[in-house]
Amino acid sequence: MIKVRGLAKYYGRFTALRALDLDIGAGECVALFGRNGAGKTTLLRILAGLSRPSSGSFQIKFPGSASGKGAASPRGSRGRIGYLSHNTSLYPDLTALENLRFFAGLMDAPADEESLARRMEAVGLAGREREPVRNFSRGMQQRLAIARAFLHDPELLLLDEPFTGLDRLGFDVLGNYIRRARGAGKTCLVALHDLDLGYALADRLVVIEKGVAALDAPKASLTPAGFEERFRKIMEGGHA
Amino acid sequence: MRNAAKIWAIFRKDLLVELRTKSAVNSMLFFGVVTLLVLNFAFRSLEGSLRPALPGVLWAAFSFAGALGLNRMFAAEKENSCLQGLLMTPADRGVLYLGKMLAGSVFMLAAEAVISAFGMIFFNVTVWREIPWLALTFLVGTLGFMAVGTLLAAVAVNTKLREVLLPLLLFPVILPVLVNAVEATGIILDGGDYGGLKLPLSVMAAFTLVFGVVSCLLFEYVLDD
Repeated sequence: MIKVRGLAKYYGRFTALRALDLDIGAGECVALFGRNGAGKTTLLRILAGLSRPSSGSFQIKFPGSASGKGAASPRGSRGRIGYLSHNTSLYPDLTALENLRFFAGLMDAPADEESLARRMEAVGLAGREREPVRNFSRGMQQRLAIARAFLHDPELLLLDEPFTGLDRLGFDVLGNYIRRARGAGKTCLVALHDLDLGYALADRLVVIEKGVAALDAPKASLTPAGFEERFRKIMEGGHA
Repeated sequence: MRNAAKIWAIFRKDLLVELRTKSAVNSMLFFGVVTLLVLNFAFRSLEGSLRPALPGVLWAAFSFAGALGLNRMFAAEKENSCLQGLLMTPADRGVLYLGKMLAGSVFMLAAEAVISAFGMIFFNVTVWREIPWLALTFLVGTLGFMAVGTLLAAVAVNTKLREVLLPLLLFPVILPVLVNAVEATGIILDGGDYGGLKLPLSVMAAFTLVFGVVSCLLFEYVLDD
């Protein structure tokens, strides 16, 4: 579904990605690991169409597209991608309902009060619809951001450290959402720092180091301890 | 949702946020009135009527206030990475541009109404009969200003020097609008031949149309990093 070839991104003299190759099949859930600045966020932003690569190419091919080929440009993919990061992308001076209604309208998703109230309930924010987002705690804002990111029921989930700032309830809400999305055959690429969580959620594990994929292995081929060992070696500068 | 409805949604959202925070219009008003006041005191030392200076003074105050408002409007989009949320929607970038451009124009026109009222008081000018013509000139000039300003504010917002960069980029480009707006306002305040308004208003309208279309098409490219 996603084919990345020789992808590179430079910010001035800083290399965020360097000739990255990656293939992700439809319905796969891939966990991305790596130290801060390894290029995880850059990769997700490029796939989301928020950033342009300096060189290399990528293709996102949605299954069941009318053309049969299904390759979509970043512009054409936007309505089918759900992007969630630790930044909530919510307007603090609007109420929770106003935020959801605004984004639902732009995403061509149902924007009636009943369906938006259901979304709020699903993330444990029922009854808080008319409160300004500014009054919400960090965890509540992140839960509302989950509702916002998935308003349009996306086929591809790009999640950049999505568990940051979540309380237990928010953690469960997001974890369940990802599991349900996997069950529904949706593709998921999630960048994480928590090795155990990533191992539990994904069926493929990718470690990005210095802008390239230093490890790309199916979960079934590694035990949790084995994965941790290889991850540590990569971080220490050794071979995986 | 059709494009017109999406433009309205963005416009309405900006209006709601501004009604609750009043951050853009308040700062525009404060800056605009202070500019008027300073220039009024400076010109008092000159002999004769201050009336001929008023068009230039007004548009200087409008444009400084407008640049400030644009910066505020886009700074609000950077908080919580709201701009990123907007960019992840399938809405056409031209739709985002038009929504923000219209919202910015309304904020600037609201500020202009108050600043020009203060201007008339400070410069002792009465303009009841000229109000419709002034309103038309302010409208066309403001749309021209915002047509370019919205695009350049989007360029500046992703840089570290955004507050400094926007005026540096904006004022040289906007000069044809400002010059013609000053000329048109001068003709109206002189109470002379309104037929003379045709040329400056046409130039401003053409500028707005050309730069509006170009900005609409370029908006997609300036928002990426």
